Amino acid sequence: MTGPLRIIIADDETPARNRLRELLADCAPAVPHELVGEAANGREAVELMSRVPADLLLLDIRMPEMDGIEVARHLLSLPQMPAVIFTTAYDLYAIQAFEVNAVDYLLKPVRSERLLAALQKASQMRPPGQEQLQKLARRPRTCLSVQERGKIVLIPIGEIIFLKAEQKYVTIRTNEREYLLEESLTNLEQEFVANFIRIHRNCLVAKNSITGFEKVAEDGGDSHWEVVLKGVQEKLPVSRRQQFIVKEFAK
Amino acid sequence: MLQKVASINQNAYPGALPNFRNLGILLRILLLVNAVCLIAAVVKSTSLEQTLQEFTAIAALAEPILILSLLVLMVGGPWLSKLPFYRGAGIVLVLELCITTLVYRLGGNFFGGGIAPLERLWFFTLLMTAALIVYFNMLSRLLSPALAESRLQALQARIRPHFLFNSINAVLSLIRSDTKRAEVALEDLCDLFRVLMADNRQLSTLEQEVDLCRRYLSLEQLRLGERLQVEWHIDNMPRDAQIPPLVLQPLLENAVYHGIEPRTEPGVININIFLRNDQVQIVLRNPYQREGTHHAGNKMAMENIRERLSLHFDVEARLTAGLRGNLYQVQIVMPYLRSEK
Repeated sequence: MTGPLRIIIADDETPARNRLRELLADCAPAVPHELVGEAANGREAVELMSRVPADLLLLDIRMPEMDGIEVARHLLSLPQMPAVIFTTAYDLYAIQAFEVNAVDYLLKPVRSERLLAALQKASQMRPPGQEQLQKLARRPRTCLSVQERGKIVLIPIGEIIFLKAEQKYVTIRTNEREYLLEESLTNLEQEFVANFIRIHRNCLVAKNSITGFEKVAEDGGDSHWEVVLKGVQEKLPVSRRQQFIVKEFAK
Repeated sequence: MLQKVASINQNAYPGALPNFRNLGILLRILLLVNAVCLIAAVVKSTSLEQTLQEFTAIAALAEPILILSLLVLMVGGPWLSKLPFYRGAGIVLVLELCITTLVYRLGGNFFGGGIAPLERLWFFTLLMTAALIVYFNMLSRLLSPALAESRLQALQARIRPHFLFNSINAVLSLIRSDTKRAEVALEDLCDLFRVLMADNRQLSTLEQEVDLCRRYLSLEQLRLGERLQVEWHIDNMPRDAQIPPLVLQPLLENAVYHGIEPRTEPGVININIFLRNDQVQIVLRNPYQREGTHHAGNKMAMENIRERLSLHFDVEARLTAGLRGNLYQVQIVMPYLRSEK
């Protein structure tokens, strides 16, 4: 790597950010670096990262809006995913999970020697992989993210009306528009089982977007059900296998 | 322990059936029933010989009932223990009556005409079963304060480690820039832990508890800055009222953890303490943030406090909690006992 290490700090507590800044200053003679930004919550961190290129992210786990692990998952869609070091005060679950998944982490209060060692390692560190992060995640993501023109676009789960698999991609439909996502529908179904329901082999619908079902006659006398959705014109067919949801919805 | 968890919303000890698969319990039932049979035999007879005869006669009827009952209870025990106490006890009584009737009908021919009428047997069975249930219930009630106390001690010092480490981190951040504030913060931390680590089985005063809470909140303020806003309404607070120590502080800790920390915008914690109808009323409100993952810890702290309140004030104290619009409210009502100090 050429030039100083570009670092971003994300932590919701001001004193914690101040402390890290002080410690980074202490480490400056040994590891030349440049603090290029600070974020006070998960969403800010994602936005910042897609604007300001950085090599290393010091990422707190417990933050409002979006936790650190989800932040890292969204950053994976960046062409230049930075190295990530998680920081946490006390979180048995997280610490065990990190050890298992070999993701680097620092315990708060952070010791300057420990930070120095982490910085020295950072230049050779590989960013964590999606699979590792998925194992660390404790709850479904609050947003899905897609990359558009080098920027990360966050789509809050609550705004999604349906997810439809089309060949290699999944189409995300919101009130306004569509996005293309490179994830598997099966994984999405598992993660968001609380919010979405499968109506067809290739389609998940947000439960609270369903306003009703309509029976549609086909040529040849058969008929099938279609989902009527809030806010969009499209009607989506319910496959024969998933027809039981029509009955469940009626309850 | 399991029975305690099931009894979560009741203040008083709700009672429990014994574990019918426990060898000690089975032995005790066997011994006690046989002892009662022996006493009956002694009462009815005048000589040792006659006593033995009487005992054999009683046992011939009692033992089959007893053995059959124990078998049935061993099989049904786990299911019975899941029921509320009174229902479980009722079912056991009915079971015993059925078994008695069964043995009487089946054995009736065998014994000929020489045995007591069924109604009398029913009466004795009911009496014996009820006495045993009461006995076992009293035994577990006797043990339960000890259980509660050890549980209480295990739980009370459990401030979130997350809070400790974050606070120390915040103090560290002040040492270079604002030594004065760092000093105060460390002193607050000290005071807080002094109380946390003390043997807190004695009552403290409301004034002391409020003081402790202020120290706790000022530490949280250090970390959270203006995200944490606190409104105290305690002008009419009875300062000398007795209160178990660390009743208020864990509730505030919950409020910060669940109500303030998950938010980016500032949130207000509202504390009202006043006297009404000679009862101390404590009302806490904080913004409610739907997070979903931390509720177990929250319930545990709440249960711990509820248990301690009932240990000190029995049914006179109450803790209720719930959503009021978009605020989470916890209310404690307890008797106003003046401290002697």
